[in-house]
Amino acid sequence: MLEVVGLSKSYRSGAKVTHAIERLDFAVEEHEFVGIVGPSGAGKTTLLKCIAGLLEPTSGQTLLRGAVVTAPPPELAVVFQDYSRSLFPWLTVRRNVELPLRHKGVADKGAAASEALAAVGLAGFESHYPWQLSGGMQQRVAIARALAYQPKVLLMDEPFASVDAQTRAELEDLVLRVREQFGVTIVLVTHDIDEAVYMSDRVVVLSRPPSTVREILPVELPLPRDQIETKALPAFASLRARVYEEIMQGQAKAPAA
Amino acid sequence: MTAAARVQSLPRTRAGSALLGGVGVLLALACWQLAPAIGLVPGDDIPPAADVLSKLAELVGTSGFWSATGATLAGAGIGLAIAVVAGVALGILMGSNTLAWHALRPTVEFLRPVPGVALIPVAILVFGPSLKGDVLLVSFGCLWPMLVQTLYGVRAVDEVALATARSYGLGRWERVRFVQLPSALPYIATGLRISSAIALIVAVTAELVAGNDGLGDSIALAQSAGQTEEMYALIVTAGILGVLVHIVFAAFERRLLHWHQSQRAGVEG
Repeated sequence: MLEVVGLSKSYRSGAKVTHAIERLDFAVEEHEFVGIVGPSGAGKTTLLKCIAGLLEPTSGQTLLRGAVVTAPPPELAVVFQDYSRSLFPWLTVRRNVELPLRHKGVADKGAAASEALAAVGLAGFESHYPWQLSGGMQQRVAIARALAYQPKVLLMDEPFASVDAQTRAELEDLVLRVREQFGVTIVLVTHDIDEAVYMSDRVVVLSRPPSTVREILPVELPLPRDQIETKALPAFASLRARVYEEIMQGQAKAPAA
Repeated sequence: MTAAARVQSLPRTRAGSALLGGVGVLLALACWQLAPAIGLVPGDDIPPAADVLSKLAELVGTSGFWSATGATLAGAGIGLAIAVVAGVALGILMGSNTLAWHALRPTVEFLRPVPGVALIPVAILVFGPSLKGDVLLVSFGCLWPMLVQTLYGVRAVDEVALATARSYGLGRWERVRFVQLPSALPYIATGLRISSAIALIVAVTAELVAGNDGLGDSIALAQSAGQTEEMYALIVTAGILGVLVHIVFAAFERRLLHWHQSQRAGVEG
């Protein structure tokens, strides 16, 4: 479904060149949920922007269903961390969800928006403005907007980093539910190891910058996941420890920049 | 509650604030009425308020008063409209296109400090004393605040909002229309508030100096004819117009920006 091939991105600022990511390789299967974790400062967001076609890689490429990504593809949607900046405050919840559908050839935008909003539990909030809602609800609007767009691949950039712990757990389960309902492939970037292990089918561990793929770990935990039962499993604890170890080693290995 | 406490709490309500404002106006009028009467200022040059206001009441019944007011509003209004369209268009162009920014900036920086009224001789030369001259001067004076505010607004657009629009495949023009323009609206509204005041000032000044029909011209005529009361009545009219224009634009801004932080107080939750 999605292939990242030898992807590198460096930023130039005057004479100084910063290598954010270097020759990353991994693939995401159809309907798979892949979590990407790494130490802080690893080019997680850079990677996601390159996959989304928002940033041009220095070398390498992303293939979406075999086609090279050069601009934001219509089969792909992004949910950003900062919902308050990603949602448009001058539009109602409904209009926020409908705006991206301009080019999708969706016959009934209203119905598509209503369906997506109902799926995230926001039926009845269509005519509110985003800023009238709580943080968790705003991120639900952003998720609904992405779902209404009917993407094959959903990219999520630290989507739950700005909400409180309880809301975070709710939103994690919500995403796992809609993933089934909408049959979407998900790539989740997060700094939270628990979250990555809890939600993913596979976890990609990045090293510190210039980031490479350090390890790809399959998460063989029973489905559906449950906040209490899954996290109480010994397998969950050992996976969690394994990812943590990889991140710490990845951090230690790299020479001082 | 003591009388003093009651007065202290007045500004907290809309009606209380309006009441205090009204008292202030009455006090100012009383000073104006008294100053000539007690010989503080020469009564021939500055007639008392009551005389001026009764003259104004008389003028309101004449067609000349309304045609002069109409001419001033037309000059200011048409000029402002041109400046808004041109300023917003140029501001968006310069704010979103690096090429246009570098090409136009030196010219804009040069023209911007030129006072609009310095072009009155040019307007007379080109159009003679006419509405067209008024419109030219007003649009020149109002163009820069509109342009600069729009430019700031477009450049201040949130990059996450823009990335969101791009990720959903919105093209260049769609991003301008659906993201950059609405997020620049608070800035544009500020430009509009500044420009609407400038429009009136420039229109009246141009009429005063160039003799185009309008309140400014009527003021000059009344002065040269020794009609002191009429002159002051017309000056008061120009002031009232300014207040009305401000009220209209403030209401427009509230409606346009109801979603913006500055207007949101009390709707949270």
